[in-house]
Amino acid sequence: MDWAAVRVTAELAACTTFILFLLGLPLAYWAATTRRWWRVLVEASIALPILLPPTVIGFYLLVATGPHSPIGRMFEKLTGDLLPFSFGGILLGSVVYNLPFAVRPFTSALAGVDRRLIEASWCLGVSRAGTFRRVMLPLAWPGILTGLVLAFAHTVGEFGVVLMLGGDRPGVTRTLSVSIYDSVQSLDYTTAGRTSLALVLFAFVVLSITYGLQRRVPGV
Amino acid sequence: MSERSAELVADFEKRYRSGAIVRAAFAQPSQGFFSTVLFGPSGSGKTTILRCLAGLERPEGGTIRNGPQTWFDAERRVHLRPQARGVGFLFQDYALFPHLTVERNVGYGLSRASRALRRSRVAALMDLLGLSGLDRRYPRELSAGQQQRVALARAVAPRPKLLLLDEPLSALDAPTRQTLRGELRRALATLATPAVLVTHDPLEAVALADQAVVLNGGQIRQKGPIHEVFSRPADPTVARIVGVETIEPATLMDVCDGLAFVRAGSAELLALDPGGLTPGPVYVCIRGEEVTLERSEPAQSSARNRLPARVIAIHPEGATVRVLLDCGFSLTAQITRPAAEQLALAPGQSVVAQLKAPAIHLVAR
Repeated sequence: MDWAAVRVTAELAACTTFILFLLGLPLAYWAATTRRWWRVLVEASIALPILLPPTVIGFYLLVATGPHSPIGRMFEKLTGDLLPFSFGGILLGSVVYNLPFAVRPFTSALAGVDRRLIEASWCLGVSRAGTFRRVMLPLAWPGILTGLVLAFAHTVGEFGVVLMLGGDRPGVTRTLSVSIYDSVQSLDYTTAGRTSLALVLFAFVVLSITYGLQRRVPGV
Repeated sequence: MSERSAELVADFEKRYRSGAIVRAAFAQPSQGFFSTVLFGPSGSGKTTILRCLAGLERPEGGTIRNGPQTWFDAERRVHLRPQARGVGFLFQDYALFPHLTVERNVGYGLSRASRALRRSRVAALMDLLGLSGLDRRYPRELSAGQQQRVALARAVAPRPKLLLLDEPLSALDAPTRQTLRGELRRALATLATPAVLVTHDPLEAVALADQAVVLNGGQIRQKGPIHEVFSRPADPTVARIVGVETIEPATLMDVCDGLAFVRAGSAELLALDPGGLTPGPVYVCIRGEEVTLERSEPAQSSARNRLPARVIAIHPEGATVRVLLDCGFSLTAQITRPAAEQLALAPGQSVVAQLKAPAIHLVAR
């Protein structure tokens, strides 16, 4: 097995999950509590990657982050590296692509917290942020953890966006799924088989954990 | 102006997209124990008014002031957040935090206080409300009555300026409700916090409140001192809503073997002991339809209370007739029109009013 690819994959999944936690929770809180009509539009945009082929996301991100784009130029100035074909590039792609897999479980978990508990907390003088931390998070954590686990696992299995944005730089942007593709291209079926089996086992364990979590309802 | 600064003044209007409008206009002292009951059938806007007072809903017009503080002013675009109003809200099914122990639920609103202060306040309230020893339990491990008291303790712990109680006893079974009714009144008096409560149970209203605001379809139909509103409804609609035609001050003389001996005016009544009452002043509450009228005293009857009475007035109300009687205290009977015709009732006539003991409800005064 390509251990450099294991390291890149693990790093990519961990960073993606962490960013999605920071970015996804406020988004999910907004989506779960707002009464604005354009909430549906925001939710639809976030969910787009579920339906779109990864190549479409990859293509747009490639154009948007290329050296001729404002984002690409800024990144190049800051880091001296090009955003596409770097770790930062595939991380960006992975965050965008995995947003729905984190935000949707977050949103339904937060929306599932009894509204009266939130109002009770407000009436007891606790701020919105305090209520989020002391009431919503503890009661919604199985859903939030589900979202994080799904995002992590989905990043591990991601292929299209990574290949489009990252190319295939060993130790930098070559993830496990890309390395399977490489092995098959060079007719190394033994390595491809071993890596594939590892990913199947990983996915199975992750899904078992997720279903286990969904059975746990706190406080009941 | 100085008079107004010691009052809670609510005068506002909440409009819904469906076209429904709820209007509230009432006042009560903002210090010491005083309570107003918002009374009416479901859908009459009681809970909406409570939520507007708490800041959980924003009215479209009017003002809400509590003492010197303006909570809401539509014209000046003032709308204080619930956190800034300092109200204690007791939710209908309590809304206890399921992931926190009783102790943490009660202390939830005291997070800014020091640990020691929080502990002593929580312990004092748990003691006052008979919850000692339940500190480490979770809400799901409590009876409904205990949950109700935990919710009350949690609501009053941060020393709110106003208590809002939404159907405080409706989630309890009848016997528990009767016991807690008296306890709740005593607890509220001890805490000396003004309260606004919502109920559709007339006995709960009489037991807990000083002032009544009767609502129907989002409009105030009548307001005033509680026993005045309940015993002298302004119109048939209010009479139908309050449902209890007779509310008379009386004295509980003695309680023995589950029976209560009561003196109301010059009449002596036998009622069932609701529990938790000691001899002293009470209200006697009697629904008009529970009163039976006879021309002369029957030889044998299971009704324990047979009161010689004089007809004062007769008010026909559709299929029924409301008969005002003097039987040592003023009693209202509600009988059908054919029954009234058969008895040939007329003012000044003598009749016998019969009442079963369970039809006489006693409420502490």
